[in-house]
Amino acid sequence: MLQLIADGLVVGSTVSLGAIGLTLTYSLLRFANFGHGELLTTGAYAALAVVTAITAWGVDAPPIGPFSFGWPLLVALPVAAGATALVALAIDALLFARLRARGSAIVLIIASFGAALALRNLLLFVFGPLPEYYSREIQIAVALVPRGVMGGMRVTPDQMVVLGLALAAMVALHVFLTRTVLGKAMRATAMNPDLARITGIDTAAVIRATWILGAALAALAGVFAGLTGQVRTTLGFELLLPMFAAAILGGVGSIHGAALGGLVVGLAESLLTPVLGAEYRAASAFLAIIAILLVRPAGLFGRVAR
Amino acid sequence: MTDLAGLASYAAFFLAFAGIFAVIVLGLNLHWGFTGLFNVGVAGFVAIGAYVSAILTTPDHPGQLGGFALPVVVGWLGAAAAAGLAGLIVGAATLRLRHDYLAIATFGIAIVIQLVALNAQWLTGGPFGLHFVPKPFEASLGAGLPFNAAYLALVVGVVLLVHAGLERLVRSPWGRVLRAIREDEVAAESLGKRIFAFRLQAFVIGSAIMGLGGALYAHFIGYIAPEDFLPILTFQLWTMLIVGGAGNNRGAILGAVVVWAVWAISGGALRAIMPPDAQTRGAALQVVLIGILLAAMLILRPRGLLGEETAISRHAAAREPEG
Repeated sequence: MLQLIADGLVVGSTVSLGAIGLTLTYSLLRFANFGHGELLTTGAYAALAVVTAITAWGVDAPPIGPFSFGWPLLVALPVAAGATALVALAIDALLFARLRARGSAIVLIIASFGAALALRNLLLFVFGPLPEYYSREIQIAVALVPRGVMGGMRVTPDQMVVLGLALAAMVALHVFLTRTVLGKAMRATAMNPDLARITGIDTAAVIRATWILGAALAALAGVFAGLTGQVRTTLGFELLLPMFAAAILGGVGSIHGAALGGLVVGLAESLLTPVLGAEYRAASAFLAIIAILLVRPAGLFGRVAR
Repeated sequence: MTDLAGLASYAAFFLAFAGIFAVIVLGLNLHWGFTGLFNVGVAGFVAIGAYVSAILTTPDHPGQLGGFALPVVVGWLGAAAAAGLAGLIVGAATLRLRHDYLAIATFGIAIVIQLVALNAQWLTGGPFGLHFVPKPFEASLGAGLPFNAAYLALVVGVVLLVHAGLERLVRSPWGRVLRAIREDEVAAESLGKRIFAFRLQAFVIGSAIMGLGGALYAHFIGYIAPEDFLPILTFQLWTMLIVGGAGNNRGAILGAVVVWAVWAISGGALRAIMPPDAQTRGAALQVVLIGILLAAMLILRPRGLLGEETAISRHAAAREPEG
């Protein structure tokens, strides 16, 4: 039981980071971005490329302390965030911005679906179909709770650092959105784009900031998912449904809701696994979505969206 | 002579496939083209149709539900009914909400169906799929060209039937309400139209057509497996509709033929170019190509090849000749 909760929280923190980016683009650009999962994948592979390049250079980078990874991954993290942001901005400039300009916002969803498949298969073409790892080091899980108490709880140091960094990123984002001018401009644009433009907010800059922020968080989530699992081309795609579930549960457009929603979805997935069976794990996110839409379509913190 | 027969057989095979796609795209056209409903889980509805028809018509097989060995026609009707029912469930949950929610929910149901197909061995045969799906006429006519040609004729018949039915529907008052809802929901509602009911009807009918398309596929190949119904299929079908022209039934059929041709030719070319050990990567490049085709189409020619006819009353044109 405790073990399931711990696993759920680790997965959930990754889902949270992804869902925050998803809900950001959803509320500012007003479409469900089916390509968001591929931003996670892009981030994971960008970090892998950096780590591989540093190692190939012949630099000796032993694992830090109890963790499985050395300093190259810490260097790779911001590089991956930057690279993913560039990819997101490029797709926006090439595809989404043109469709937005024509006012056919509704077509954006299917365009994002197409962009996602193209991006995923481009990664498959470049990196090949075999799953990769950031490190082949073996880690020993730390027993936080002895086996006698509710089945016990064992967590690897990597999982702890993922959970910690994810929470830190969420706090940093909260401070950014509430304390900085750009953050406030983003919230204003999300609420009412026309009014925001009238008050002199550069909405084009806000849209760019949204992509950068959403993509950076997605890259972070992608690296974390790769660190606690495998780096593979379907990494982000498999998290897309849980991320949507988290964003809807939190109420679309609500950052705090998405953060909390991600943890809840992660927990629900983990706790439902013994009930549904491991092979149907991915279905639990769908069941969650249908249940939320039937009971409370506005989500926990959202307004009714029609 | 045998070469010619082989070529004819392949042509019939190719066209029958295009026709099957055309049926499904016609269903999608009712969803998106006429009603503006976002179905991102088309592959799921197709899979339901294929599996239901297969289960109803295959001969008995130990350790497997089904094997009812019913006539193929019953399988097809069952396929359409089952996919329509799935559409009813998804639609009832999401069609009152913003269109994004329908997209997410249909995306979800396609994944769940994929999971069931992969894991519910007693029902779907799991990863090995269902074999021995009866192929109509094959026993009496023989495999190869005779079967392909006969099935092509059957598929063309179904395409014409579905096309005629849909044309009647969308040109009826009912169809005009659908387009009104698509264009301006509030205006349609203020005219007293029950938007949710119309949307649900259109969604269920479209889903049923997709299920029928899935059944056509199953009985043509004679074997179905979970990997036949991956999200890539949904994407191909959407590309067909966008390329052909959403909101135009002839465009839907044309798009199916054109995109299927692009897909088949590019696949053959990549297989010829790529070395044998890089075939997976070649297949990936093929998907990238179709993705770029869709994006280019959306940007450069959003109406598609044929595009929707402008719907103006013929009386309006007669009264105001100058426009």
